[in-house]
Amino acid sequence: MCLAVPMEIVKVLPDNKAVARQGTTEVDIDVSLLENPRAGDYVIIHAGFAIETLDLQEAEERIDLFRQLDEDNARMDSPK
Amino acid sequence: MNFEEELRSKETASPIIKEIEITASKIEGETRIMEVCGTHTVSLRRSGIHSLLPPGIRLISGPGCPVCVTPSGYIDNALILAEDPGNIVATFGDMLKVPGRKGISLARYSGSGNVKILYSPSELVSLARENPDKQVIFLGIGFETTIPTIAAVFQKAAALKLGNLFLYSAFKTVPQALNILLNDPNRYFDGFLLPGHVSVIIGADAYSFLEEEGGVPAAIAGFEPVDMLRGILSILKMRSTGGLGVENCYPRAVRAGGNLKALNLMDQMLEPSDEVWRALGTLPESGLKLRKEYQRFDAGEVFGLPGITDQDQPGCLCGKVILGKVIPPECSLFGDTCTPDHPVGPCMVSSEGTCAAYLRYGET
Repeated sequence: MCLAVPMEIVKVLPDNKAVARQGTTEVDIDVSLLENPRAGDYVIIHAGFAIETLDLQEAEERIDLFRQLDEDNARMDSPK
Repeated sequence: MNFEEELRSKETASPIIKEIEITASKIEGETRIMEVCGTHTVSLRRSGIHSLLPPGIRLISGPGCPVCVTPSGYIDNALILAEDPGNIVATFGDMLKVPGRKGISLARYSGSGNVKILYSPSELVSLARENPDKQVIFLGIGFETTIPTIAAVFQKAAALKLGNLFLYSAFKTVPQALNILLNDPNRYFDGFLLPGHVSVIIGADAYSFLEEEGGVPAAIAGFEPVDMLRGILSILKMRSTGGLGVENCYPRAVRAGGNLKALNLMDQMLEPSDEVWRALGTLPESGLKLRKEYQRFDAGEVFGLPGITDQDQPGCLCGKVILGKVIPPECSLFGDTCTPDHPVGPCMVSSEGTCAAYLRYGET
């Protein structure tokens, strides 16, 4: 029940409403729980409400760290 | 969004699994990690993570499914509300098939107009306006992820002075549940995989009590396979050094202080309440209820509903399954008498229930 999906806000509407998109799907969402929703923000949506803005830079940096872990493991595995 | 694909890919997962194997080999004995989120229960089983972990790591499903921890007496009271043709009981779909003490569920009223399934609480205002001659009552089930969405709707209802919209709440809060589990004299877990979306709202700092004496290693995790593996690795690393801590492994969504706007809204409208949990009984201040200023929306008060009791169906082990003390195949009803089409207990009803997840995805 705590299922939530990331989507991109494509348009902010009056009365704390917005349109969000994932792929070709667009849905109307409520953004009243966000401080300053803007078009282009990636948000997590739960039960029709955006509950937080995603930090995409943080996500990319973390994946880079995982890649680094992979390289470190490869170095450790290689014949000495 | 490329990062989502990366977080599901074998290439990204492999080095973390390897690191998990290395770390697990340094730990003596078993490490039992409890997830306390129904969405984790399903995501772990769907992604087959159980089968990727080395021997010595066991994942246990705890009380993380909101429908499952809702006691049978609450369902009985919802049935009282649905029997009145002057009422519309609005609910998330997961609640529809959960049986009350007499084995009857809200599904009995499907198609009668007395029960309405909603995708979002935001539909409530228009439902109430379109039915001015009915009393619309929303079954407020959920943890901190869902609670602010419902609070936002009732804040709007108050501003609009809607007189025919009510809330029958059974909101539960996660930190109190963790505390109860920690205080079990026969502790049967060594770490917590903490719920990502509850944490989005309450923030990583809300778990600081886990870092104190008597706590356990814990990690906040998202719901992609790599997110969950990273959380498991974090717990193992702390355990291998005997350390305690709460690592935020979902920082793209979870901030230290949580979603302040949502927290302020919850604080404005709701106050701590003693709540009845299936299998755990009444836990002090383990949930939230409407503050006195908003009591006119409180269906329990307005409709004079009886107090909530808790009693499983005969033979049903949901109470023990919820606590992670037994696994579903240990229940004699599992998969035979009790199936998703004919559920006996809530763990088989909800898509996030442990029994439903076991049946759908198997033991691994």
